[in-house]
Amino acid sequence: MPVNLDAAATAPLRPEAYAVMDRWMRDGGGNPSSAHGLGRQARTALEDARDEVAALVGAAPAEVIFTSGGTEADNLAVRAGLGRQIGCSTIEHKAVLLPAAVAGAQTVAVNANGLVDLDALEQMSLDMVSIGIVNNEIGAVQDLAAVRKAIGCDVILHTDAAQAPAWIDVATECSQADLISLSAHKFGGPTGVGALVARRHVALEPLLLGGGQERELRSGTQNVAGAIGMAVALRTATVERDAAVARVTRLRDELLDALVARPGIEETVPRELRVANNAHVLLPQVDIEALLVLLDEVGIYASAGSACASGAMEPSHVLEALGQPGLSGLRLTLSWLTTPSDIELAVKAISSATTRLAA
Amino acid sequence: MSGGVDSSVTAALLREQGHEVVGATMKLWGGDGDSGCCSVSDVDDARRVAQQIGVDFHVFNFTEQFDRDVVSHYVDAYADGFAPNPCVECNRHLKFDRFIERAMQLDFDAVATGHYARIEYRNGHYEMYRSRDMAKDQSYVLHMLGQEQLARTLFPLGNMIKSEVRAHAQRLNLRTATKPDSQDVCFIKKHDGREGFLKDRIDLKPGTVIDHDTGEQTATVAAVQLVTIGQRRGVTPGRDGKRRYVIDVNQEDAIVTVGSESDLMVDRVSMHSFAWTSTAPPRGERVSLQTSAHGVPAQGQWDGETVHLDKPVRRPAPGQSGVLYDGDRVWGGGIIS
Repeated sequence: MPVNLDAAATAPLRPEAYAVMDRWMRDGGGNPSSAHGLGRQARTALEDARDEVAALVGAAPAEVIFTSGGTEADNLAVRAGLGRQIGCSTIEHKAVLLPAAVAGAQTVAVNANGLVDLDALEQMSLDMVSIGIVNNEIGAVQDLAAVRKAIGCDVILHTDAAQAPAWIDVATECSQADLISLSAHKFGGPTGVGALVARRHVALEPLLLGGGQERELRSGTQNVAGAIGMAVALRTATVERDAAVARVTRLRDELLDALVARPGIEETVPRELRVANNAHVLLPQVDIEALLVLLDEVGIYASAGSACASGAMEPSHVLEALGQPGLSGLRLTLSWLTTPSDIELAVKAISSATTRLAA
Repeated sequence: MSGGVDSSVTAALLREQGHEVVGATMKLWGGDGDSGCCSVSDVDDARRVAQQIGVDFHVFNFTEQFDRDVVSHYVDAYADGFAPNPCVECNRHLKFDRFIERAMQLDFDAVATGHYARIEYRNGHYEMYRSRDMAKDQSYVLHMLGQEQLARTLFPLGNMIKSEVRAHAQRLNLRTATKPDSQDVCFIKKHDGREGFLKDRIDLKPGTVIDHDTGEQTATVAAVQLVTIGQRRGVTPGRDGKRRYVIDVNQEDAIVTVGSESDLMVDRVSMHSFAWTSTAPPRGERVSLQTSAHGVPAQGQWDGETVHLDKPVRRPAPGQSGVLYDGDRVWGGGIIS
């Protein structure tokens, strides 16, 4: 049985989400834009999903735009800053960094713990700022209330919350954000669907033009099955969150403790600053690429957090932003299904592999 | 696995033979490139073939070492007026060094590639031979492999001809069955070539072209470092209407000397920085010398660092590899002085 410690790449599909999608795909159907009965059925299902997602993230239904996932949501968000001064942290996901760079954005540094430099932010004259609330590599959690204070009320604040919903209360922690990116498959929904939460006052420029769906902000027949799955996954994640956080934090801490007890393994950032499931560590003396292959061979799935289009391991821009060597990171991320035996097997495998590579 | 048909079939055949096989591509060039192997789409092809034949697949990022040992070497060679062979250096430092090292780290017994060459174990050591398909023989670019490497390398295609390889690919329904072979240096772009690559990395110096017979200046060149001995392309014919070749390049004074073909002929070729399969050929040994990947071998006598040729050949460009053969068997070789 493989041990999946790469939940940040994609989380296990929740059976509740699968069940509703299965039902919909078998018995439902229809294009939400059709005027007739079949269309109305699809439209209703879509809007029910929208209401659910909105309520769970503390937004109005009209503020939820369904997309094909987190990357599209990030691109759509950054587009709102087109032609204006945008700032984003140096550790943003590439789905933010790349469109931001195209838009001529400036970057804001982070400290050695991955927390954005609020003083620097305060000095900058920006129209829009993008700061991901939970970093996908190191798990560091930003204080968006403090960010809002630093930038003032007139600046549009976007946060990529893709890695957040299973572990923190998005409604509360992202209440200061004007734009929130969500990605269903990170919290147990299906891949291929996400949302951009856009508070009413933010003027968005659509990326996709066509039939005018999602109030002309995102053309294309909506992925109703995906939206339904996303909504149910989000509800389940929210309901189970506190229990999951308690349980997974314990397992994560056990994993981290066992690893950093070994020579040459360091805790990347203090665990109190991270989400519950993140056990990213640094192994500066180890050939991480070889380590991942050895772990893969014994069924332990982890990642280095950063790959290029060809699939080769790339130096992590996140680690480099922290002042750490870009190729020294091992990203271990637990899911709500991780068990104590998984942790035991992982520790054994990592110990054995690192010993072998040191030889 | 480069994403080409040769490495695809290699992996498939070894799997069919019952070996435990894992496929890997090396990411070597991190910059812009549109020719040669190992682009993102090539990696996709390699990965897909691995899926089709049912083997695991990994991508290894060796860009840093490639930059150091191949690209920088290439740039420095041109800057110093030599004509390097980056594919030789890639084989020397990456494909049969770093790659083998990684394989050993991961507890593998051997590496295999789709190269056309043969390895045999005879008289207590490993020997390398030209491939059965003479048109595809790649022993020239593999000449540097020694006992350590050969003990851990397999060339399953060495005894096959290309059409047989493609037939296997068709039989196995591999995505790469009809993919054309890649010919170019992987980090040089087709549209601006060597000059485009080097102009941002070397201070290209213009030079004058002097005719060896008349002593007169006949032309100028935009970049003296890019002129290769033996070059005919871009050299205007002489007053007698006959072809002119570059017979010498003086980097310091930026003078290119051109002459007739007879001026280009040499009766000996000296080399340095040798790598032998097993041992160097003894002094006085009769050898055949190949000075380019597809060149016709010339016969001669070896004195320990120079081949004294039976018949004159066109002078090969310094920096190229010179490979010595005993018939089809590779002795090894060095860098032409």
